[in-house]
Amino acid sequence: MRAVDVHAIDGKLAGPDERFEVVVVGAGEAGTAAAIAAAGEGASVLLVDENPVRGDLIGTDVPLFHGGRMTAAVQQPARMIDQLLASNPGIETALEAGVDVRLGTAAWGLYVNGPAMRALPAPMLGIADAERATMIGFDRLVLATGARDLVLGFAGWDRPGVMGAQGFAALLTRYDAFAGRRVLIAGSDALALDTALLALSRGIEVAGIVEVAEAMRGPVALVDRVRAAGVPIFPAHTIVAAEGGIDGIERVDIAALGADTRITVRCDTLVLAVGAIPATELLDAAGVAAGDAIALAGDCATVVRPEPCYVQAWSAALGRHAPPETIVCQCEEVSRADLIGVQPPRYLDRPARMAARSLATLLADGEAHPDQIKRLTRAGMGACQGRRCREQVACLLAEQQGVPLDRVPAASLRIPVRPVPLGVLADWHERAAMTAGWDVWFGIPTQWTPYAIIGTPEEAEQVVGLGGNMHV
Amino acid sequence: MSEPRPKGASVVVIGAGVTGLSAAWWLARSGIDVIVLDKGIVGWEASGRNGGGASHYQSPLFAEEQRLWPQMDELLGYPTEYVRERIIIQRDPALLDHYRAVGRMCSAMGYRVDDLDSRQAQQAVPLTDETCLGGIHLRFGGHANPQRTVQAYAWAIQDLGGRILQHCPALAIETAGGRAVAVETPRGRIACDALVVAAGPQAGMLLAPLGIDFPIASARAEMIVTEPAPLMAIGGVDGNGLYGRQTLRGNLAFGGGPHEWIATRPDGPSARPVSPLVRNLARRVAEMFPRAAHLNVIRSWAGIVENTPDGRPILDRLRDPGNVTVATMSGVGFGLSPASGHAIRDLVVDGACSFADIAKLGLTRFAGLAPDWRERRGWAA
Ligand SMILES: Cc1cc2nc3c(=O)[nH]c(=O)nc-3n(C[C@H](O)[C@H](O)[C@H](O)COP(=O)(O)OP(=O)(O)OC[C@H]3O[C@@H](n4cnc5c(N)ncnc54)[C@H](O)[C@@H]3O)c2cc1C
Repeated sequence: MRAVDVHAIDGKLAGPDERFEVVVVGAGEAGTAAAIAAAGEGASVLLVDENPVRGDLIGTDVPLFHGGRMTAAVQQPARMIDQLLASNPGIETALEAGVDVRLGTAAWGLYVNGPAMRALPAPMLGIADAERATMIGFDRLVLATGARDLVLGFAGWDRPGVMGAQGFAALLTRYDAFAGRRVLIAGSDALALDTALLALSRGIEVAGIVEVAEAMRGPVALVDRVRAAGVPIFPAHTIVAAEGGIDGIERVDIAALGADTRITVRCDTLVLAVGAIPATELLDAAGVAAGDAIALAGDCATVVRPEPCYVQAWSAALGRHAPPETIVCQCEEVSRADLIGVQPPRYLDRPARMAARSLATLLADGEAHPDQIKRLTRAGMGACQGRRCREQVACLLAEQQGVPLDRVPAASLRIPVRPVPLGVLADWHERAAMTAGWDVWFGIPTQWTPYAIIGTPEEAEQVVGLGGNMHV
Repeated sequence: MSEPRPKGASVVVIGAGVTGLSAAWWLARSGIDVIVLDKGIVGWEASGRNGGGASHYQSPLFAEEQRLWPQMDELLGYPTEYVRERIIIQRDPALLDHYRAVGRMCSAMGYRVDDLDSRQAQQAVPLTDETCLGGIHLRFGGHANPQRTVQAYAWAIQDLGGRILQHCPALAIETAGGRAVAVETPRGRIACDALVVAAGPQAGMLLAPLGIDFPIASARAEMIVTEPAPLMAIGGVDGNGLYGRQTLRGNLAFGGGPHEWIATRPDGPSARPVSPLVRNLARRVAEMFPRAAHLNVIRSWAGIVENTPDGRPILDRLRDPGNVTVATMSGVGFGLSPASGHAIRDLVVDGACSFADIAKLGLTRFAGLAPDWRERRGWAA
């Protein structure tokens, strides 16, 4: 006899609100090209892009690390859309090719059935604009979501003016909303050198390139171009601190590795160009890999993470100068000392025994996971989902354990991978089966029977009375 | 990193969820040499992924739960973020009536519950508005931070000399002469005089080779959390089909709604995916707290809980092997953990619970259960 549990999820989740044969996320070069090609083959195509990103999210560095160095233009959606269309003519071409293009629309969740979930009526992508969320069905999904910044902290990195190379490029090329004039660049791979050349091409001064390695790491041709432009180069140097006033940084102190000599570099912006990470959050949060139905295109397919030892070299070099109060997690204001001491947040007491606990004692208990550190210290628990601190936390874990960075598991990413307001995310038209079968907990009436009456004549009556939407 | 290979302990506890950890803490407090094994990190499963609610009037362990929670930070020596009292608000008249009746029942049991009318509810819960019809105010119970609590137990156990072996799954229980004598692990054999099985959804699989039918079915339950809202005086507010709380940081963390029955694997879940239920949860939070509807949802997650056929715990010392104590809290085990651990300690050491009658939570109540009981309830994966 097979019964139905009316409170189980089966049959309650709605199917897609809309369906397309091909859905493309990301209207950069690769995404628009994929959308145009699919439309050319006669497919129904949806192309979504979160840009222009809501002003409040840009301010919290989701999805890119803009470090507060943007003009007020980012608060004007109409201007931002014009700018976006101007920055990528492919968007207009896609529109002309019949692609359904939705800008200002973020993809926040990918849902695919698997061994641990069979309840989905179809694979779906959750998207949302400023007003509402929609579930999109697809035969094929192309993620052309680009890359995100790899961020490492030091004293003053939480001041306005410190940003990532992706965030910098987006402000310059996509938004035309960069509010700085003179930048210092950290890193010397092609990413950093391209960043320098981009800045120069836009008339922005490049105050220098700081690199922990003994020599420039990027292709010689790029190095030569940067040198020819007269950009000062500081190999075997690290960042000590970014300093300034309420308007953000005004100068950056750098130091030669293993020496005490410091140089003060005047600049209003410090661009971290140590590395970029493919922006595959949708896949990561769904726990699925790209395959036949889901493809990666553009930067999120081709960007290569920097080698673990290089990132660790930077982290260690920065760490040597970072005072204990240096912030690691900006969202939750977790300091380096708090993290290394696995201390609870400031709004909790720190009882005497906490002083004996640290990352080191935790690691002695067995290999730790960044999510565990997150739960204890709150580093990575904020609205940016650790975009600004996950690599720092991983580096510190690796350092304390004496293992390479790639041995440390990745902190988990969670749906929604973009912050979406409750009222927007809400399903205001849920299926009747969902409403009817909803229970606070499992809907097992006997679970709530007061112990004393179990096995007494009163029990049956109570079970009826307490059944349905019960919890305390 | 050290890879301890202990030969054994007086008591070995399988499972470092709140149930196993609390049991080990109580044992360690009694001066007993204890080892807790977990396949992963402490509290990695349901114990670190739940709503944190601690107000379970229905349980025989309730009085002990209520007695202990206010002291737990001090007893453990580490913060649990425990906060007293709860408020349940409703915007549906039938649900309000239902919870009023629950309130009267609790009051009759000696646990004070006050009714709140709409105005009082709005005063107590600034994030709601006039759509709130009223609610009940539990002058007992409360909530804590699950993740902080599991680690607090673990550290407290270590401070008392107990040992915790993470990433060390129990592969099998070795018996001899009607007793469990050791647990097999990838790090070798760990001998014991007594054994506690508190392995959550995996408990049934560990016990089956001993000829013990431990009837549980596993399901996935989901929660969402928002960015911080202004702190309410009492953070333990829920209702409108949801359970959950405002954390001390201000985040609104809520769960509820349908679960998915899933297959259990000996090595634990391969994944804990979430479903678009996040949207139904978001809707109910937005309805319950209209003044917070603009807040961003920043995460959702899922945890896996096991349920017994009647949804009530099994806390029992087996007859054969007679030195094995088995424990499942059947989906409602976080809040009761200070007391469940105490009960398990008593079962292990004295053979009976010293502070409450828990006879009706024995395993024998399921003797004669139909082998296809999961299918009969629609609980099969
Ligand atoms: C979303 C959600 C919300 C909830 N809300 C609440 C709430 O508000 N209040 C409340 O009281 N309860 C709540 N619960 C239930 C509560 O979380 C559980 O009842 C409780 O955590 C169970 O604890 P446990 O230690 O018995 O089991 P678990 O937490 O499942 O721990 C079992 C442990 O055993 C380990 N293990 C398994 N097999 C082996 C093996 N072979 N060897 C070694 N180790 C093994 C696992 O790794 C795990 O750590 C909720 C649960 C969920 C999922």
